[in-house]
Amino acid sequence: MKKLFVALLIAAFAFPAAAFGADTIKIGFNIPLTGDIPKVGEMSKNAAEMLKEKVNGAGGLDVGGKKYKLEFVYVDNEAKPESAVNAALKLIEGEKVLAMVGPQGSARAIPAAEIANNNKTVMVSGWSTNPKTTQGRPFVFRACFLDDFQGPVAAKFASGELKAKTAGVLYDVASDYPKGLAEEFKKAFEGINGPGSVKAFETFTTKDVDFKAQLTKIIKAKPDVLFTPQYYNEVPLIVKQARDLGYKGPILGSDSWGSAELMTLCGDDCKGQYFVTHYAAAGAKGATKEFIDAFNAKFKQVPDDVGALTWDATGMVLAAIQKMGAVSGDLAKDRVALREAMSTMRGFDGITGKMSYDGKTGDPVKCAVIVKINEKGEFAFHESVCP
Amino acid sequence: MFDTLIQQAFNALQQGSIYALIALGYCLVYGVLLLINFAHGDIFMVGAYIAFFVASTALGKYGLLPPGMPKWVILAATVPLTMLLTSGVGVFIERVAYRPLRLKGANRLYVVITALMMGIILEYGNLSILGANRLSFPTLTPRMIFEPFGARITITELSTIITSFAVFALLQWIVTKTKLGMAMRAVSYDKFAVPLMGIPLDAVIVFTFFLGSSMAGLAGLLYAMNFPVLDPFMGAMVGWKAFVAAVVGGIGDIRGAFVGGFLMAFLEVAVVAASDYIPFIKPEMRDLVSFSVLLVILTFKPTGIFGKPKTTKI
Repeated sequence: MKKLFVALLIAAFAFPAAAFGADTIKIGFNIPLTGDIPKVGEMSKNAAEMLKEKVNGAGGLDVGGKKYKLEFVYVDNEAKPESAVNAALKLIEGEKVLAMVGPQGSARAIPAAEIANNNKTVMVSGWSTNPKTTQGRPFVFRACFLDDFQGPVAAKFASGELKAKTAGVLYDVASDYPKGLAEEFKKAFEGINGPGSVKAFETFTTKDVDFKAQLTKIIKAKPDVLFTPQYYNEVPLIVKQARDLGYKGPILGSDSWGSAELMTLCGDDCKGQYFVTHYAAAGAKGATKEFIDAFNAKFKQVPDDVGALTWDATGMVLAAIQKMGAVSGDLAKDRVALREAMSTMRGFDGITGKMSYDGKTGDPVKCAVIVKINEKGEFAFHESVCP
Repeated sequence: MFDTLIQQAFNALQQGSIYALIALGYCLVYGVLLLINFAHGDIFMVGAYIAFFVASTALGKYGLLPPGMPKWVILAATVPLTMLLTSGVGVFIERVAYRPLRLKGANRLYVVITALMMGIILEYGNLSILGANRLSFPTLTPRMIFEPFGARITITELSTIITSFAVFALLQWIVTKTKLGMAMRAVSYDKFAVPLMGIPLDAVIVFTFFLGSSMAGLAGLLYAMNFPVLDPFMGAMVGWKAFVAAVVGGIGDIRGAFVGGFLMAFLEVAVVAASDYIPFIKPEMRDLVSFSVLLVILTFKPTGIFGKPKTTKI
């Protein structure tokens, strides 16, 4: 009797484990579910869940004629660099994932990428635009363009369409993403309008909410445009304080503006402003529209660029797994094979544009979109800029 | 040049008003109990959230006021409600966290540690109940901008500054002119002899927490009106700065807390403004420089600007 019970117990535990273990593919997500930018984590998770349901609903991922169920693990990195490193270690060593998606922002992605690369695990960041993330790290990829492309696009747009001869910049010097982008913008803008045309280049540090001292100096310099590559939780404060202090010119932003939460926090103040980003939800067509409609039906909100990029980043990982031909079950071997498949990816048709890797770097070649926040508060397509 | 100077002075005054209001709360509790209430910064955060829910939900959606009320009516109702509810939180914390320790005669050190923990409980309690998404504080004041001397100041900022001065005057009056104030000073002087004189010790302490927390609530409301993006950790850094301001002013002294708050803000703004003229100073060094200056002040006067070495506090 006792033996039978033990046997049953063993069967009960061992059987499903064996059944799952062989036929599932585990992918980890290193995303900020709490911290300064929780909406980024929420949107990433929503997009990933939607993709998982789609694939699993169709019976699983077909790799070399065999169906594999997907299993996604979400770990919160609290939007902090040190937590992102811990989360990466947890996913790679603890959860034994095949690949990691995220972290999304550069400040977290750069240290986490080091961990992923050292452990020979493929990491795809959806939203990290700082060049350092993938530099010299063959296992690290991204699904978005880079700051050394985004900065000049913003500078060109400001000098061309906004007819700005001078500019002011306000950015967080303690965070890799705004710092890198602000410097790229300055370089490009002064390249077009001559040295010294960026009349005010002001800094603050993360968690500051009072920018009035810096803005007073910027406004005193009378710039034609104010460029502020900050996150959606800081943008409303910056825009409001700039307007209160009497700045009337246009305010230009970067892809970190493109969160679904920007308009609920900012309201009317942000209407009419422009930012550089990865895709525009309003006026989308084709597969992008299908994604937006499905997302909207499921989560009752319009997906932002982080959601779209997570979808593409994860989709690319899945496509690469299919390209591998077969999953051997030996994790170290599969991870290396996945890297090979990723680096030779050409013409992946994502909803944020076509993506190819050149085999040398993990940076895709793709276009940027300029979005105008229209009178209804929607992020409307204004123009597309390709490299 | 002159208008920029005036503008920066206004910027500092507004920020200083918030620091001063919070510093007053630190100062009151310390004055009476010789306890540094490290949860005070987070009570300020709770105050901002309470203000949000009072202004947007209680008065708007669930109709304590009939719909379609002008905004100034909502604001006028939000102020006392926020102060009352926030002081409830402060008194509650005193009741569940500090008083049991005090009755057991625990060392002050343990009470300070309890206060630190209470702060963390408030932060993470908020995070787990409301989630990590930011809240956007509704606009309650019209967008009126005054332009004295070529500088610009909004009505919200102006009322923040005026409120802080009014609260300071009121507090000074309560402590020096009323019976309760006299009782507070007596408790501060000798906590053990006071009950023998027929003064209800617990009532005085509860009143102190009530007063301090209601000012934190008011500061939270004013802060949320000026910086309308709320998050659970907003109280941490502001609370720290206000605490340092209170210490530099001479903790326990009401004038000290008030002056310290403004000193802190003026130093911060001065660092940003000076970065154009002094080559090695950068705006991001504002906390570094202002805290260093405060450190120097404390080196030369360890009791703070208005502090007296170990006599009656408050």
